[in-house]
Amino acid sequence: MEDNQKLLKEITSGEYKYGFTTDIDTEYIPTGLNEDIVRLISAKKNEPEWLLDFRLKAFRHWQTLEMPQWAHLDVPEIDFQLIAYYAAPKKKEGPKSLDEVDPELLKTFDKLGIPLEEQKMHLGMAVDAIVDSVSVKTTHKEKLAEKGIIFCSISEAVQDYPDLVRQYMGSVVPYTDNFFAALNSAVFSDGSFVYIPKGVRCPMELSSYFRINAINTGQFERTLIIADDDSYVSYLEGCTAPQRDENQLHAAIVEIITNERAEVKYSTVQNWYPGDKEGKGGVYNFVTKRGICKGDNSKISWTQVETGSAITWKYPSCILKGDNSIGEFYSVAVTNNYQQADTGTKMIHIGKNTKSHIVSKGISAGHSQNSYRGLVKVVPAAENARNFSQCDSLLMGDKCGAHTFPYMEVDNDTAIVEHEATTSKISEDQVFYCNQRGISTEDAVGLIVNGYAKEVINKLPMEFAVEAQRLLQISLEGSVG
Amino acid sequence: MLAEQQYIELFQKYRSEIDSHASSLMNEERAFSFDFFAKKGFPNQRDEDFLHINLEKQFSNDYGMNLKAVDFKVDPYKFFRCTVPGINSHMFFVINDQFYPNVQLKYELPQGVIAGSLREMSKKYPELIRSYYNKLAKNTTDTTVHFNTAFAQDGFFLYVPKGVVVEKTIQLVNMMYGGVDMMANSRNLIVIEEGASAKLLVCGHAMEERSYLANRVTEVFVGKGAKYDHYKLENTNEKMTNVGSLFVSQDQESEVVISEITLQNGLTRNNVVVNLDGEYSSVVLGGMAINDCHQHTDTHTIINHNQPNCSSKELYKYVLDGEATGAFDGRILVKKDAQKTSAHQTNRNICLNKKAKMYTKPHLEIYADDVSCSHGATVGQLDDSTVFYLRSRGISEVEAKMLLMFAFVNDVEELIRVPALQDTIRLLVEKRFRGELNKKCEGCSSHCK
Amino acid sequence: MLEIKNLHANINGKEILKGINLVVNPGEVHAIMGPNGSGKSTLSSVIAGNPAFEVTKGEIIFNGKNLLDLSPEDRSREGIFLSFQYPVEIPGVSMVNFMRTAVNEHRKYKGLESLSASDFLKLMREKKEVVELDNKLANRSVNEGFSGGEKKRNEIFQMAMLEPKLSILDETDSGLDIDALRIVASGVNKLKTADNSTIVITHYQRLLDYIVPDIVHVLYKGKIVKTAGKELVMELEEKGYDWIKRELGEM
Repeated sequence: MEDNQKLLKEITSGEYKYGFTTDIDTEYIPTGLNEDIVRLISAKKNEPEWLLDFRLKAFRHWQTLEMPQWAHLDVPEIDFQLIAYYAAPKKKEGPKSLDEVDPELLKTFDKLGIPLEEQKMHLGMAVDAIVDSVSVKTTHKEKLAEKGIIFCSISEAVQDYPDLVRQYMGSVVPYTDNFFAALNSAVFSDGSFVYIPKGVRCPMELSSYFRINAINTGQFERTLIIADDDSYVSYLEGCTAPQRDENQLHAAIVEIITNERAEVKYSTVQNWYPGDKEGKGGVYNFVTKRGICKGDNSKISWTQVETGSAITWKYPSCILKGDNSIGEFYSVAVTNNYQQADTGTKMIHIGKNTKSHIVSKGISAGHSQNSYRGLVKVVPAAENARNFSQCDSLLMGDKCGAHTFPYMEVDNDTAIVEHEATTSKISEDQVFYCNQRGISTEDAVGLIVNGYAKEVINKLPMEFAVEAQRLLQISLEGSVG
Repeated sequence: MLAEQQYIELFQKYRSEIDSHASSLMNEERAFSFDFFAKKGFPNQRDEDFLHINLEKQFSNDYGMNLKAVDFKVDPYKFFRCTVPGINSHMFFVINDQFYPNVQLKYELPQGVIAGSLREMSKKYPELIRSYYNKLAKNTTDTTVHFNTAFAQDGFFLYVPKGVVVEKTIQLVNMMYGGVDMMANSRNLIVIEEGASAKLLVCGHAMEERSYLANRVTEVFVGKGAKYDHYKLENTNEKMTNVGSLFVSQDQESEVVISEITLQNGLTRNNVVVNLDGEYSSVVLGGMAINDCHQHTDTHTIINHNQPNCSSKELYKYVLDGEATGAFDGRILVKKDAQKTSAHQTNRNICLNKKAKMYTKPHLEIYADDVSCSHGATVGQLDDSTVFYLRSRGISEVEAKMLLMFAFVNDVEELIRVPALQDTIRLLVEKRFRGELNKKCEGCSSHCK
Repeated sequence: MLEIKNLHANINGKEILKGINLVVNPGEVHAIMGPNGSGKSTLSSVIAGNPAFEVTKGEIIFNGKNLLDLSPEDRSREGIFLSFQYPVEIPGVSMVNFMRTAVNEHRKYKGLESLSASDFLKLMREKKEVVELDNKLANRSVNEGFSGGEKKRNEIFQMAMLEPKLSILDETDSGLDIDALRIVASGVNKLKTADNSTIVITHYQRLLDYIVPDIVHVLYKGKIVKTAGKELVMELEEKGYDWIKRELGEM
C-alpha cells in the first residue's frame, strides 16, 4: 500500500528524475571532428597502432556517407562539428581504486540507485560505470576473474587483452555498416568488454551504466561481448542523462559473439533524457547492436525497454549462423510528448534449423511517433528456419502515431515465417471496470499498460523488471486526460 | 538514363502526333507528367517501392508504340469468346491502347450510362471528364503512371449517373495484339455517381506470345452511397509484362470491392491506391497470384483512411512454385482525425518450391488513437500433418495438396460478389493448379494459342 | 486380418516402439491400454502410415498385404481408418468437398464409379444420423471451430462414410463429456459387423464400458507386456498401472 502511495506521488509529480547534473571537473578536447581529433582520442587512450588505423579508416569512410533518411523519424540537422567527441571526469594519476573515484561521482551513482562502494554494492550484479567518455569504475572485477571471466572497460581490454579485442572488434558490426557505426568506430571512447571462457556460467549479472554528464558532448561507447563454447552470461545496460535544453548525441555499438552452445542475454533499460514536454532538448540515440550466433546451438536474446531519448534509432539484431541457433528480441518502446522512436530488429537466418522470436510492444502517447521496423531474412541455405513475430501498438491520445514496418524476405521453401500485428487503444470498458473497483484512471492505465507489456518485462532480470514497470508508468504520466 | 532517353526523344519528336490522336483534355495533362518522368526516370531497384522488380529493364526493350492510332483490322467480338458462362456482360475491348469502336452490345445499358472510348467521350463531354481526369493519378510519385499520362491517347470511360444501377457486369477486355513487341499505355476513367452502382470485370489477354508491355492506369470515383466492384483477371503468358495502376476515391458511405487475380503472366506490377475520402466508406481489397516458372508478381497497395468511421479489409494470397518470386507491399495509413477506423490486412503466402521466393512488407502507419487495426503476414508451406490427415482418408498426396491449395485461396475467391464470376474463377484456379491452363485463354475458341 | 510382427519404430531418431506383436481377427474388438508415453498413439500412427515415424524393423500384414509398402492413402483405401486423437482443422475445406473426394477416391480404388452429387448427399444424410452430427457441422470447414466433442463425432461420422475393415480409435474418449461419449460409442457399436474389427486405444476404462473389448493389451515402454480378456480392464482400474510395473519388477 505504501509502495502504491509512493508510486502515485511519483506519477503525479513524475518528471524526469535523473535530470540533475554532477559538478565535477571535466576534461574536454576541442569540439569538432577531423583526423587530428581522432588521433588525439587514440593518443589520450595510449592506443596501439592497429587501433588508430581502424579509427582512421572508419573516419575516412564516414566522410563519404550521409545520414540515413529511411527511418520514420524527423531528425533535425546535426552539426557534427559542434560536438565534443571526448570528455572525461578529471582524475588523479595512479592506479584506479575506489578512493580515486571522485566522491561527487560516487554520489551521482548512489542517486541513480547504483552504489559503487564496496559495502553498498549489489551482490548479484557487477557494474561498469561509464561517465561521458570513460569508464570510472568496474565492480566485482576480482571475483569474476577467479572464474576466468574478463569484465572491464574496453580501454583496459585494449591494453590488457589486445589480441581478443583485435580479433573480434568490428567483426559483427564493421565500420562500413552504417553512418553511425562508422562515426562510432572513428571516435569511440570507452565501453565495456566481456569475455566468458569455455564452460563458464557467469555467476552474476554484468551491467554497464552509462551517464552523459558533460555539456555538448557526444557519447560513443562500444561494447564487445564474447561468450565462448558452453558459456552463459546475462548482461544489463542502463543509461541516463541530465536535463539540458540542447540535444545530446549518443551513437553506440554493441557486438556479441556466441560460440557453440553459448548463450547471451542482453537487457537494456534505456532512459536517456527524452526532452521536455514541448520537445526541447533530449538525447538523440542512434545505436547499432548486433550479435552473431556463430556456433551451433547458441542463443542471443535481446530485451529492451525504451522509454527515454528524444529520438531512438536502434535495431538490435541477430545473425543466426550456427545450426539450431536461436535469436530473440523482446521490446517495449514508450514514446510520449514529442519523442520519436524507430526501433525493431533484424533476424538473419543462415544456419539450419534456426529459430527467431520477435515480440514488440509499442506504446505512443502525446505527440509522439513510434515505429516498429523489423527484417526477417531467410537465406537459401537456411533449411527449416522458423520465425514468429508479434508487434502490437497501443495508442493513447489522438495526436500520436504508431507504425509497423515489417520486412519478410524468404528464400527457402522449408521456412515458416509469421507476422502478426495489432493496434489498439485502452478501451473505456477496461478503464471503467477498474474505476468501478476503486482504481483511479491513472492507475488503471498503469495496470493495463503493464499488463500489455508484461510478456517483455518478464524477460528482464528481477531488479530491472521493477524499475522498468515504474518507468513505464512515469513515462506516460499526464498522457490520459 | 539510357532507357528513358529513347522515350524522351520520342515524346519530343512526336508530341503533335500524340496529341492529334487524343483529346485536348488529355493533351493538357501531358507536359507536367512528361517533365516529372524526364526528371526522375523509370523506377529502379534502389527505390524502396520497387525493391523486387526491375521495371527499368522491362521498359528498355525496343517496343512498338502505336502513337498514330493505326486501326488494327480485327473484330474482337468475332474471335473472342471469353465470356464468363452465365454472366451476360456488357462487353468492351481495348486493343493495345485503342478503344475498339464498333461496340456490339447484347443488352442495352440503362438510361444515362455512358460507356465508350475515353478519347471520344472526352471530346463529347469535356466538362464532365475534366473534373475527374488525372485528378488522382497526378499526385503520385510513381513515374510509370506519369509515363502513362504523357503517352496515353485512349482507353475506356464509364459514367453511371446518380441513382442508376447497372445490373449486369461490364466487361473490359484489354488485349495485346501485334506481330512485334508492343507497348500499350491505355487510360481508363470510371465515375459512379451518388447512389449508383456498377461492376466491372477487367480481363488482360495477349493474342500472341511476344514481349508485350501493358502500362495501364485506371482512375475510379465512387460517389456518396454508391457501390462499385472492380475485378481484374490476368491470364496471359510468360513473356508479358503488365503494369497496372488503380486509383480510387470514395465518398461517404460508398462501398467498393476490388479483387486482382493473376493466374498467368510473366511480370506483374499492380499498384492500388484507395482513398477513403468520405465518412463511413468501406473497401474490400483482395487478390491472389499463382506463379511458377520465372514469373513475378509485385503488388503495392496503399489504403488512405482520410476520414473517420471508415473500414478496410485487405487480403492477398500468393502461391509460388518453380523459380517464381512474389512481393507484397501493403500500406495502411490512418490519418490524424480518422477515428473509429477499422483496418485489417492479411497477406499469406505459400512457397511450394525451394527456389520460389517471397518478400512481404505489410505496414501500418497510424496517427489516430481510437482505431482497430491489425495486419498479419505469413510465408510457409502446406502443413505436413494436414496432408497426412487427408491421405489417411484415402486421398492421394497430389489430390490432398490440391485440396489444400484450393482451400488456401478460397477466401480470396469469396470476395467476388458475382456468383457466376466466382464459379468461373474457381474453375480457372483449379485448372491453373492442375497445370491444365496452359497458354490458352479459357473459353476462347480461336486464334488464342 | 491384421498381423504385426516385431515392430520397431522411431521418431526423430528416438525409438518408441520396441518390438510389437499383435494379431487382430475379423470381428474382434481389441483394447490397447497403457500409461502416458507408452507408445499407444505411435502405434496407431505407424499403422496408418504417418510419415513422421520411421519403421526400423518388423512388418505389418493387413489382409495379406504388407502395409509398410503402402502409402497412407492406400492403407485407407484398403480399409484402415484412424480416428485421430487430435483431429486437424482445415480452414477453407468444406466437409462436403472433403468427404466427397475421400469417398470417390475409395470407390475408384475399388473400380467403382464416382457417386453422383445427389447420391453422395443422400449417403451423407444417412451417415450423419449414426453419430447425430449436426447439419451445421457438415456445412462448415473440416473441424474448424468444432468443439472437442464435435471433432470426435466428426471422426466417427467419417468412419461411417468410409466403412473401414479396421478402425483404430486413438484416445477417442479424451475431452468428451458423458453424453458425447455415449453418442460416439453408440456410433461405433452401430457400425460394428461380424467382419470388421476395432482397436480402441485408451488410457482409461471409461470408453470400454460402452465399447466392450474381446481382448485387452497393456502397452508399456514400447512393448505389449500383458494380454488378457476384458476382465483385465477392471483389474487395471483397481490396481493402476503401477501393478504392471511391479509385475515387471520395476518397482
